[in-house]
Amino acid sequence: MNNPLIASAADRRLLPEGRLAGPMPWVIAIMTFLTVLAAGAGLALGNAASGLGDQLAGKLTIQIVEANPDLRDSQTRTVLAVLARIGPVASAARVDEVRMRELLAPWLGKDGIDADLPVPSLIDVSLRSSDARSVEEVVSTVKAVAPSARVDAHAQWLGPLQGLLSTLRWLSVALVALMAATMAAAVVLAARTALVTHRATIDIMHLMGASDVQVARLFQRRAALDALFGSLLGWICGALVIFGLGGRMANVGAALLDTGGLGWKGWLVISLLPPAAVLLSILTARMTVVRALARML
Amino acid sequence: MASACKASGVGTVSNIVQFENVGLRYGTGAETLSDLSFSLSRGAFYFLTGPSGAGKTSLLRLLYLAQRPSRGQIRMFGENLVAAPRDRLPVFRRRIGVVFQDFRLVQHLSAFDNVALPLRVAGTDEREIEAPVREMLAWVGLQDRADARPATLSGGEQQRVAIARAVIGRPDILVADEPTGNVDPDMAQRLLHLFDGLNRLGTTVVVATHDLHLLSRVGTAQMMRLDRGRLSDPTGALKYPPLSEDG
Repeated sequence: MNNPLIASAADRRLLPEGRLAGPMPWVIAIMTFLTVLAAGAGLALGNAASGLGDQLAGKLTIQIVEANPDLRDSQTRTVLAVLARIGPVASAARVDEVRMRELLAPWLGKDGIDADLPVPSLIDVSLRSSDARSVEEVVSTVKAVAPSARVDAHAQWLGPLQGLLSTLRWLSVALVALMAATMAAAVVLAARTALVTHRATIDIMHLMGASDVQVARLFQRRAALDALFGSLLGWICGALVIFGLGGRMANVGAALLDTGGLGWKGWLVISLLPPAAVLLSILTARMTVVRALARML
Repeated sequence: MASACKASGVGTVSNIVQFENVGLRYGTGAETLSDLSFSLSRGAFYFLTGPSGAGKTSLLRLLYLAQRPSRGQIRMFGENLVAAPRDRLPVFRRRIGVVFQDFRLVQHLSAFDNVALPLRVAGTDEREIEAPVREMLAWVGLQDRADARPATLSGGEQQRVAIARAVIGRPDILVADEPTGNVDPDMAQRLLHLFDGLNRLGTTVVVATHDLHLLSRVGTAQMMRLDRGRLSDPTGALKYPPLSEDG
């Protein structure tokens, strides 16, 4: 009766109930399954947001908007020249005509660009640092030599998407927390029910000198075993779903989805969910039982 | 032994239990027990008698620490248990054996496991449980019923299991509530001898009973009589009650 988890046969007989006899393991399995999915989604969204941030950080596109093609070429060369001289710029390159045709083809068709259609020239810029001062320095430098040029920071375009991913990630965290709370509530209800069911046995044990902790151990051991079975089952189902979704995402081949994998760190976190569920169940059962027993003499 | 059950006063070393002006009230009703002042000597044998509803079971509940009094002081084993924190009580409860009127056996445990329960609660090594439990079962004549569940035992057999469970830990105090109520006269006599034997080993025995014939069968026993919640003979002078007493 002294070990909190390893029960003697005699101790196990004190609170008889076959494993899986009640709903608790199944409730915990469902909660763990949903928690694994929510945690997986949160981690994947976190990775996607992080990957997107890495891709966008320090990237600029400069448009030289000038109807006169000669002047446009001249300004483009000037801008490239001045960009090469300022510190924050790591690289600057003009988007060539072939690439421009590819970019415009969805809107103008393959033969849509002719000599008469004024198309701005584009310059891709990579900065050494993505801070605002670097961007401002580039903007002021470019405007000085090409007043009609437009400088677009990539982070500005996809920032809202990154914000959405971040919000969804925190929503996943909130879901995980809610499901943990729900699981704890289920354990509380189960422990209270078991206390009522076994009240006579507990009374006898108390009168023979059993301490609250001794009695609580019997319940927390049951809770631990229920949680162990339920969380492993839920984890396996959740992991299978994540694997399946991962395969389908890979088939889509979208750049954004590619950045949203779990990685080994993600799987490590997901793998910690079953032991966390067991620990949560043990602590919840113990607190519930000890509190209830404290109301007895 | 004449001083074993005496009026309230300064407790002595030989007193294992001392009640001072103890009252017990359930809820907001009238007091079930009032102004109980007495002391029990270590190693003495007491019968607690009185009509139904006199408060015998309530007094026993105070003795086996299932209840705190509404007022007054209770000292047991040299400690004031009214003021003792809750987490101190298990230590004292392990020194008290209880035979309940309704046996209170754990229905899903075998007779063996029921008898072994106090030892397991006390943390006794499993290897040191088998022999004394078998011996105790033999002592109450149930060596062949060790694996039987309470539901398959007769009332008398359950009573004996309850008694074996109460005495297995060699308690300092044995409290028994109508322990012979469900057994035939022969078995009652045997159980009384069992209690007497335990008493001779030094255990203080308190037996609540209606059975007046029992009272004369333990020569050294003293009587406490409860009537409407009050101890009517706190001096213990009345050794044997008149046979005409209300059963």
